[in-house]
Amino acid sequence: MALKVERSTPESRGFAVFLVLALAALAALPYYAGPGAMRLVAEMAYYLALAQLWNLLAGYAGLVSVGQQAFVGLGGYSLYYLTSEFNVHPLVALMLAGPIAAAISLPMAFAVFRLRGAYFAVGTWVLAEIFALAISLVERLGAGSGMSLTPAIVRQIAPDRAGRELAVYWIALAIVVIVFAAAYLLLRSRHGLALTAIRDSEPASESLGVDTFRTKLMVYVVTAGCTGCVGAFIFLQKLRISPEAGFSVNDWTVVVIFMVVIGGIGTLEGPIVGMLVYFGLRETLAQYGTWYLILLGMAAVAIMLLAQDGLWGLVVRRFNLHLFPVRRHLAR
Amino acid sequence: MTDWLNILIQGALLGGLYALFAVGLSLSFGIMRLVNIAHGDLIVLAAYVALVVINATGLYSIATLLVVVPAMFALGYALQRWLLNYTLSGGLLPPLLVSFGISVIIENLLLQIFGASTYRLQAGAIETQSFALGGIYIGAYPLLVFATAFAAIAALQVLFYRTGLGRAFRATSDDADTAELMGIDNRHLYAVAMAIAMIFTAVAGVLMAIRETFDPAAGPIRLIFAFEAVIIGGLGSLWGTLLGGMVLGVAQAVGGALSPTWEILAGHLAFLVVLLLRPSGLFPHTRD
Amino acid sequence: MSLLKTTGLCAFYGDFQALFDLDISVETGETIAVIGANGAGKTTLLRSIAGALHCGRAMVEFDGEAIGGLSAHEIVRRGIAMVPEGRKLFPSLTVEENLLIGGYCGRGGAWTLARVYELFPMLAERRAIPAHALSGGQQQMAAIGRALMSNPRLLLCDELSLGLAPLVIREIYARLGTIAREGTTLLIVEQDINRALDQSARFYCLQEGRVALQAACRGFARETITRAYFGI
Repeated sequence: MALKVERSTPESRGFAVFLVLALAALAALPYYAGPGAMRLVAEMAYYLALAQLWNLLAGYAGLVSVGQQAFVGLGGYSLYYLTSEFNVHPLVALMLAGPIAAAISLPMAFAVFRLRGAYFAVGTWVLAEIFALAISLVERLGAGSGMSLTPAIVRQIAPDRAGRELAVYWIALAIVVIVFAAAYLLLRSRHGLALTAIRDSEPASESLGVDTFRTKLMVYVVTAGCTGCVGAFIFLQKLRISPEAGFSVNDWTVVVIFMVVIGGIGTLEGPIVGMLVYFGLRETLAQYGTWYLILLGMAAVAIMLLAQDGLWGLVVRRFNLHLFPVRRHLAR
Repeated sequence: MTDWLNILIQGALLGGLYALFAVGLSLSFGIMRLVNIAHGDLIVLAAYVALVVINATGLYSIATLLVVVPAMFALGYALQRWLLNYTLSGGLLPPLLVSFGISVIIENLLLQIFGASTYRLQAGAIETQSFALGGIYIGAYPLLVFATAFAAIAALQVLFYRTGLGRAFRATSDDADTAELMGIDNRHLYAVAMAIAMIFTAVAGVLMAIRETFDPAAGPIRLIFAFEAVIIGGLGSLWGTLLGGMVLGVAQAVGGALSPTWEILAGHLAFLVVLLLRPSGLFPHTRD
Repeated sequence: MSLLKTTGLCAFYGDFQALFDLDISVETGETIAVIGANGAGKTTLLRSIAGALHCGRAMVEFDGEAIGGLSAHEIVRRGIAMVPEGRKLFPSLTVEENLLIGGYCGRGGAWTLARVYELFPMLAERRAIPAHALSGGQQQMAAIGRALMSNPRLLLCDELSLGLAPLVIREIYARLGTIAREGTTLLIVEQDINRALDQSARFYCLQEGRVALQAACRGFARETITRAYFGI
């Protein structure tokens, strides 16, 4: 009897169909919902992208960074600098922001990979602070008060406001789809297998020939680049950047970490769940001030103590459900 | 010339405050291998507790320590015993993320209760007094803070190397399982360690709140200063932490002479330089 | 009533069962040997008794009290001390500090620091040096001294002879004899059968988590033991 090894399951095939339909519905959103809904969905999209990237870094490569806001800010400032100094088209600048952030992350890795565990985490944070402070000294970049995207630049995306909102919305969707696709393909590849091995046991993987340093470096640089690109998009949408906003640990790291941890770290599905929980809490409780953040904090603490695999982890354990077919198994 | 000397002295004395920030972090890492991300927020919490005490009783700011220290001591014991202890066996993520969650909870609770306005505690005449030696001015308050840091570390050294409790701390830090076989109740000991760390956190919080303004979001940067002082000084050495704090303080003072933004940046850069050139710190002591 | 009794003792490492319904008893003042090959469950047995490994409450009885599953520090207070496999001295502490830590639980008795130094004079000579700087044999003596400092009624010795030269082993076992004569009950776990059997009144031979053989040591045929040891 021949044994067949496959990846997809009936659930994942079903989910793939659902995903296509959902994406089509979302892409068509502008035709049945107003600009407010579009902005919200775009925000959900870029937060999901950031969450998935942090998940790759921390949940798979084991690099718990509390400093990814560095790349959000660097990506944003790259966009603003390229468009204002060099008259680069904003969408081209958007695509260049990624490689720029990735390039800057390389020497950063050299400094910060000397630290381990929690010290690595705080070290990445300090690096982000260094960037924020350094940029606030540069007059060209607006110093401490920041800079805006001029109307001339903004008009290059689309001549009228409605067109711009449409373009920005679809770019947001494209970004999150691309990030997901990239993460999915990475995890299915040889590198993905190496990552899972490293996550489970670094010494064991090393003894089997996995070059853990290079794999981790690659993940760090790639996620830095993608985060930079997302950062550029975020500030393209916001039309204004400042060191405080661009490098805000609360906006770009605290929230992202909560999403991943509550949803389920180390799974592709987890960040989706976490993102929905976050926005659910925020939209319903925002009127009461920052109580939703306190609840989020308590939820994260509870999850870490009681259900380390997050909400999606509970689903996996109960139903053995995998929607993104990354693992191999014998065909049923 | 004397200007620069004054700046150096100011920075060195400031290092005392940073060492006080760092002591709690050093203790909890040395004994429990726990880096408490909420550490900075606990320093700020202590300042707010002092504020509440002052508003309720009109007590002199430094005297509020009589209340703040026991309160933070109890909080530290409870936090470790009934929350953080449960994160110690799960690997890297739980302690980091739980303390991260606690940090966010504290910050936002303080924001909800006290609002975003900044406060500062008064200490009266001592804030502006200074001693003059030739052309050099030594502020009375910074000197007090530095002396406190020095005394704190000296006291901890005595605790660690000359008492049974300190012996138990060192044994548990070496090998927690075997320490249990010697009759040491780890869960209780860790809680005591955190409680002691909180004594210094409380002192640091009150002394900081007299020197500079604080608000609910002031925690994270204190964590970073504490962290930098520990790394520059070298893991595992309390006197190293004092020296690390002084290096940080001097770097900031020198940077601050150029511009306010350069003040903090210079400190970060000093940290970066030590990280790149001597990652184990200037006076390392620990096998990790 | 036995000083120590295990009834149906089962122990697990996660899902893996290491001990199956072990029944062992030790009378006050006895020296008992537990022998067996690697992985037979000897260390697991000691760790279960000492509280380092969890088991059912009624499975271990000490002086009439059910102590199974209590945490290690509570069991030390009741009078059971362990000399762990591999010595496990505290490297940051000096020799004397290691001994003092042994007395942390505050059980008074004949075994004071002075008395331990009498038993192991070479430790007194080296009292102020870091424990990890001692030779293997000296470390073993320090580990025994450390355990004695809690004035145990029952001393559990895990693989004392591991990695030591025969001359040193002989010296250590001579000291064990002194300790036994002063009234301490000993439970000795060893891979080296001869030493253990020479020292003890009775022995248990474990094989794959079960008692394969138990008898008095005197006059017992070694081949029978060998067969039980290897499960033949």
